[in-house]
Amino acid sequence: MNTRELSKNEYFFGHKACAGCGGSLAVRIALKVLGDRAVAVLPAGCMSAVGFNFPQLAFANNAIISTFAGTASMMTGILAGLNARGEKDFTVVSFAGDGGTADIGIQALSGAIDRNDDILYICYDNEAYMNTGIQKSSLTPYGARTTTTPPGTVSRGNEFRKKDMLEIVRAQGIPYAATASIGYLQDYMNKVEKASKIHGTKYIHVLAPCPTGWGYATDDTVDIAKAAVDCGVWPLREFENGVYSETPARGGDKAEYLRRQTRFSHLTDEEVGAITGGSL
Amino acid sequence: MSTQFISGNDAFAAGILLAKPAVISAYPITPQTVVVERLSEYVADGLLPDAQFIHVESEHSALSCAMGASAAGVRTFTATSSQGLLYMAECLPYAAGGRFPIVMMNANRALALPWNIYGDQSDSLSQLSCGWIQAYAENAQESLDLALMAFRIAEDTRVSVPFMVNLDGFHLTHTYEPVEVPEQALADKFLPEFVTDNKLDFAKPVNMAFSAGPGHNKRFRIGHHNAMLRAFDVIAETERDFAEIFGRSYSGALDAYRTDDADYVLVTLGSVSGLARTVADELRDEGVRAGVLRVRYVRPFPGKEIAAILAGKRVAVLEKDLAAGRGGALFTEVASVSPNASLSVIGGLGGEDISAGAIRGIFETLRREPETEVLYL
Repeated sequence: MNTRELSKNEYFFGHKACAGCGGSLAVRIALKVLGDRAVAVLPAGCMSAVGFNFPQLAFANNAIISTFAGTASMMTGILAGLNARGEKDFTVVSFAGDGGTADIGIQALSGAIDRNDDILYICYDNEAYMNTGIQKSSLTPYGARTTTTPPGTVSRGNEFRKKDMLEIVRAQGIPYAATASIGYLQDYMNKVEKASKIHGTKYIHVLAPCPTGWGYATDDTVDIAKAAVDCGVWPLREFENGVYSETPARGGDKAEYLRRQTRFSHLTDEEVGAITGGSL
Repeated sequence: MSTQFISGNDAFAAGILLAKPAVISAYPITPQTVVVERLSEYVADGLLPDAQFIHVESEHSALSCAMGASAAGVRTFTATSSQGLLYMAECLPYAAGGRFPIVMMNANRALALPWNIYGDQSDSLSQLSCGWIQAYAENAQESLDLALMAFRIAEDTRVSVPFMVNLDGFHLTHTYEPVEVPEQALADKFLPEFVTDNKLDFAKPVNMAFSAGPGHNKRFRIGHHNAMLRAFDVIAETERDFAEIFGRSYSGALDAYRTDDADYVLVTLGSVSGLARTVADELRDEGVRAGVLRVRYVRPFPGKEIAAILAGKRVAVLEKDLAAGRGGALFTEVASVSPNASLSVIGGLGGEDISAGAIRGIFETLRREPETEVLYL
């Protein structure tokens, strides 16, 4: 699929996301790929907070907010209910943030993979609890400033490493898992389309930069999302039927990627060097 | 119809079998487990050919999954108890506010700490404000009958509120009694197919479970409250039809026994009520005008009816529950509508038996020590 083939229909509009929001682009494009037969499940998080404010409801397709911890289990229930109704050719898709996926929602996600429920779980990763005001999640990168990992006299920002969700879902024997970036939309679209045609649980983890939380100009979102892939901080990975593949880094500069974001501005050159050198 | 000698859990599962839910999501917890085991067997034996039994990974997921299925517009069942009820507590007002007519059985069990697997009512009584209908069965027959009636009441479009049926852990869930199990044809006649507009619909897409800010919020909350109040009429209609089809009668939110001319009334909840009536009969034989008022539905709360029945009586309230720093939750409810409720009796905590002698003692206290406010059995 390429952008010319992408549906002209809009399914996510009129919402209240920040200017330059990467997450809203991930939702908009995936729904254009999946079309009218998508049922979107969104837990508490940025996308549900900006999209479901009665009476201003921003989804043109069927959509529902799940509990924060219950994204995947609600998807399972919807799948079972629609199957019971005899519906065919639909996709139950989630748009859950990094905290909603890797922290509070991981139990339900694991249960769904265990049952191999036929759902497409999309995690849009903006690397912190942005909706509540930029707090650390287990997908916040090492060294980043968040409101709960503030650099101080004895702290240099987030002291924990980013959890590798792809390895976690892969270890459960999931039929399809991939990373993506809203900087490479065609790759993302193709992965969403491919995943929607595979039976069983599918997991797509799309990097969705957040100007508000990361600290860069709002028109830089796509560029930053590209740079993350190019420099090798966020490789595009795919795991399909037991076969793993990875798009090689295109040679961007990791230090420059970090320096473009104020969440890393407290780090010394030495610290940036340690991060980009992979010694941390 | 056949008469079977089965436990409260078995009877409830038999009722669910007759109701034919499309989706069952369940996670095991003592003393609820027999229900999900029976339902698993029914599915395994092809007795529920159209049902999907989903092995979820927690109680939170059990109700989250049930909400998803109900949002898809199909009949949905789950069951829990105690710690499990509290683990899914976030989902309780969520399901109620979403107006998803899920039916859930709760095997009443004490809450930790201290750990205790036996029956008391602290679990469900801690969740009175979560927006669910709450009924309490007295025996195995009523358990089966409530399983059927719960779907009809919850799914009625005038109500559309989830329904929690409570069975006293072990005292009811694991006690064997003769139970009349109706024919499927009669159950089908009683319980219509579930039809709802409150669902995900490809022909008419909807955004569900949305946010409603300060300006709009009250409209949904008050609407939910009014639907709960409308449930009284729906319960009455449902019981009329039930009696006509199955030949067994129930008396709405309350079950009053020899209260009309009583001087002393004991208010009860759940399986202890039969024993309370036996004691009341004995006291009547001795010339003491005793009566028993069993509360069948705590939500919606039949306050006016309770006040009317208790007018002019001396009243004790017996419950298996103790809210630290306040007292009995049921007593608090009853006393809020009747100044005659003067004695709060806390018994059966952590599954302790309540004897006939203890119940006789409650009536004795009402008669001879009217100034007593609290009695711990």
